[in-house]
Amino acid sequence: MKLTLKIWRQENATAKGKMVDYNIDGIDGDMSFLEMLDVLNEELVNKGEQPVEFDHDCREGICGSCSLQINGEPHGPDKFITTCQLHMRTFKDGDTIVIEPFRAKAFPVIKDLIVDRTAFDRIQQAYGYISVNTSGNTIDANTIPIEKENADDSFNAATCIGCGACVAACKNASAMLFTSAKVSQFALLPQGEVEADRRVLAMVEQMDKEGFGNCSNTGACELECPKGISLENIARMNREYLKASVK
Amino acid sequence: MGGLLKSSVAKKFAMALSGLFLVLFLAQHFTINLTSVISPDTFNSWSHFMGTNILVQGILQPILIFGVVFHFIMGFVLEIQNRNARAKSYVSYNGSANSSWMSRNMIYSGAVVLAFLGLHFYDFWVPELVHKYIESHPEDATRYYGELVAKFVSPVRTGLYVVSFVFLMLHLLHGFSSSFQSMGVNNKYSEGIRKFTVGYAIIIPLGFIFIAVFHYFNNL
Ligand code: HEM
Ligand code: SF4
Ligand code: FES
Repeated sequence: MKLTLKIWRQENATAKGKMVDYNIDGIDGDMSFLEMLDVLNEELVNKGEQPVEFDHDCREGICGSCSLQINGEPHGPDKFITTCQLHMRTFKDGDTIVIEPFRAKAFPVIKDLIVDRTAFDRIQQAYGYISVNTSGNTIDANTIPIEKENADDSFNAATCIGCGACVAACKNASAMLFTSAKVSQFALLPQGEVEADRRVLAMVEQMDKEGFGNCSNTGACELECPKGISLENIARMNREYLKASVK
Repeated sequence: MGGLLKSSVAKKFAMALSGLFLVLFLAQHFTINLTSVISPDTFNSWSHFMGTNILVQGILQPILIFGVVFHFIMGFVLEIQNRNARAKSYVSYNGSANSSWMSRNMIYSGAVVLAFLGLHFYDFWVPELVHKYIESHPEDATRYYGELVAKFVSPVRTGLYVVSFVFLMLHLLHGFSSSFQSMGVNNKYSEGIRKFTVGYAIIIPLGFIFIAVFHYFNNL
């Protein structure tokens, strides 16, 4: 199929950047979206032009690096997939596809479609962990019985791959879904309960410091999240936060 | 405000609390207004009570004023922060693919309601203050119904009220159930809460529209 691509090109973090049109032909419906971009880049390189820079690693929906805003939606129009799992058969011959980087003040553009998502790392580092004694007398996690429901909810929260689609989709560029998933995965387990108060206060504080917006409960994050992280996690984080604040 | 409302989560909690308080007030206001289409005497006696009761005037009214002012100021504060959080906007943004119009435009529906409150105060509260404290008329327990009805002679005012209530409906369609999520309530009752709040958000503003239109036609 034949497509018109409108792609954000930006030389570096400080350059102004603009949308550039590209016409591309011979795209197969079975190609992934990233393979389509590979084809474009090969053409650009052959012409002696700069290829379009985009993030990717696993290309199977587990690393969370392939974050692109496609026709106004993170990871494109399909639900529960990352950009690397999006196939060109979703589009029709002659379509125009707008491709932009994820936009948030806390995610500055590094080059073209690549943004700096280390803000997420800093939220994790603020308290997205449990303190365990690893000096030789570690207790096997499996010796602690955990309610099935909590184990499931914790596991589901832990499937967040940190892709940033929640921030990209949100009209406020809020990072509540990501942060709440990271808070929830520990808050639901006895191992995480001990530090639950300190954790939620520290992670929310870091989230705010990074310049993400507030939550308006639009629910856009949940629908665009490739892993289906639920809004229940945000409510849980609100609960945990309020509980920790009044203590 | 500073320390207590520093974080995004705390601000949203306060927003939800003030919003829910206004929702409660709205139900009370609606109930009294509804009596105006049923029995002028009942309306008069309730209005007289609300206007002269020391508890209502001395405690509830100041709380209400604080609640309204707090709610819309906090609404603007959140909105400014939210806009700043996306330094550069998208060329293509498909908001309707993942969220409702109401949820994305609370600031606009809220702004219309705020403008309405301006008109509403001018219509009822300012004359009330003048009556009580500036001209210091003796209290007349039967004046309220006539004052109310007189306002809805004007088709323009009636129209403005109707339009405002439609925006109030849009505001509440998202706001009411959203406030539970902001306060951390999301459980097996949430579906029920959502249905109830949608019912409330539609019925109460429609009821207010009915009252305004009723008096307009009654005046003809
Ligand atoms: C009778 C009048 C009003 C009622 C009953 C009401 C009710 C509510 C409720 C229940 C919420 C949900 C809070 C949450 O999601 O946590 C809300 C949110 C909001 N209200 Fe109001 N409101 C009223 C007037 C106003 C006014 C005058 C403004 C002024 C601009 C306003 C602006 C907002 C905004 C911006 C939000 C969304 C905040 C966010 O989620 O980011 N509201 N309102
Ligand atoms: S919550 Fe979902 S959308 Fe947000 S970073 Fe995690 S996986 Fe991506
Ligand atoms: S490249 Fe790893 S999730 Fe897409």
